Amino acid sequence: MDFDSIVLRDALMRRIRAFFYECGFTEVETPLRIETPCLELHIDAEPSGDHFLRTSPEMFHKQLLAAGHEKIFEVGKCFRQGEFGPLHHPEYTMLEWYRANADYMDMLEETTALVARVWPEASTSWRVLAVSDAFREFAGWDPAGSYDADRFDIDLVEKVEPALKELGGPVVLIDYPIEAAALARRKPDHPLVAERWELYIDGIELANAYSELTDPVEQRRRFEECADQRKALGKEVYPIDEGFLQALARMPPSGGVALGVDRLLMLAAGENSLDAMIPFRSPAGR
Amino acid sequence: MYSASDLKKGLKIEIDGDPCMITNFEFSKPGKGQALYRCKIKNLVTGNTFDKTYRSVEKIKRCALLSRDFTFSYLDGGNYVFSDNATYEEASLTDELLGDLKNFIVDDMQVEILFHNDRALDITLPNFVEMVIAETEPGARGDTATNVMKPAKLENGYEINVPIFINEGDTIRIDTRTGTYADRVSKG
Repeated sequence: MDFDSIVLRDALMRRIRAFFYECGFTEVETPLRIETPCLELHIDAEPSGDHFLRTSPEMFHKQLLAAGHEKIFEVGKCFRQGEFGPLHHPEYTMLEWYRANADYMDMLEETTALVARVWPEASTSWRVLAVSDAFREFAGWDPAGSYDADRFDIDLVEKVEPALKELGGPVVLIDYPIEAAALARRKPDHPLVAERWELYIDGIELANAYSELTDPVEQRRRFEECADQRKALGKEVYPIDEGFLQALARMPPSGGVALGVDRLLMLAAGENSLDAMIPFRSPAGR
Repeated sequence: MYSASDLKKGLKIEIDGDPCMITNFEFSKPGKGQALYRCKIKNLVTGNTFDKTYRSVEKIKRCALLSRDFTFSYLDGGNYVFSDNATYEEASLTDELLGDLKNFIVDDMQVEILFHNDRALDITLPNFVEMVIAETEPGARGDTATNVMKPAKLENGYEINVPIFINEGDTIRIDTRTGTYADRVSKG
């Protein structure tokens, strides 16, 4: 290792904060210990006494949007149980930001500006590729309208992501099948997909963005469906956060992005594993 | 059974009845998707390697490997027959499985054989074996240099390079791990 990741991280964080301050964002702090984590099928929270450690600050940020804060960002630790590998660590640093009265395309523009600002050496030629087109080209089928979760995940990892690595530079996969929408809204003119994108740089998934779903009825339906699926998989089912659903009704249309800071740091340092990037990371993991 | 989250490099598992080893392992979790465990796997019988991706809900069969001590007994056509030091049970290994090691098997040699169920998978010989030189050009008198080598033939016909001072009838020690000359034990 011929760089000091502590110094690199400090430099990156200063540039990230400078970018958001200059764009008029408010830096916010939200709870790490929470009563109920966001219900997602494949994200498991670490218990912390009678609470959980947050897997994302999303639920609180949306409540801040509902309360009238229009441009907010937070950098902080998030925790996900059982995620360890070259690109995963159970405790990692997430940058998450939201804008009121914006959608996922506005967020893409802002993300492009952010990456150029905080990592000036990064390629500036961004490709935007519809998920349907990427899957048709690299995996031979279109998941929009004929979604199969196992096939989607396995082909994404075995076929699509390696192809994105081959393409190199920043590639944005955009418009995910509605079944993989998570907390994104349905695309108005294309009901089979959701307004969600994921940024890959050199084949490494770096950021996830939505035009946020602001319909509490649809959100409750998705949470309940997710709860059923988690139960079927034998996973813990977290109670639905009623405060969040109430706030959603008052939330303006918004766009949001979550970006993995450790991975951004790794890419900027030219490394291919988080091993050298996360301070005090034990190579044996766990 | 193993869970997918138990998988790691070096772990031995059973696939379709064959013992296999994970030679490379990567945790992957795309987007909002499920955890996937991407493995490179080597079939320990055929030596073939292949890729396999496990989902977190999958269960993987454990592979029970057992190592036992044997003594070389006799040659039966192309097969090498060993007898179990504890039970006197015989195990017959093909020359294909032995590969180059077959050249260094001598009477009463103590070996370790690795089994999967009742199938022999691998054999470990002692690190050194003593064998007699059957044929070689005579070396120059007084030349004790060890860095100048010449070809020689063992009693079993195996060709090996030896230092120039080794003569026919000499007993030498061979490193079975590399198949090369180690040192001279006694003059012929």
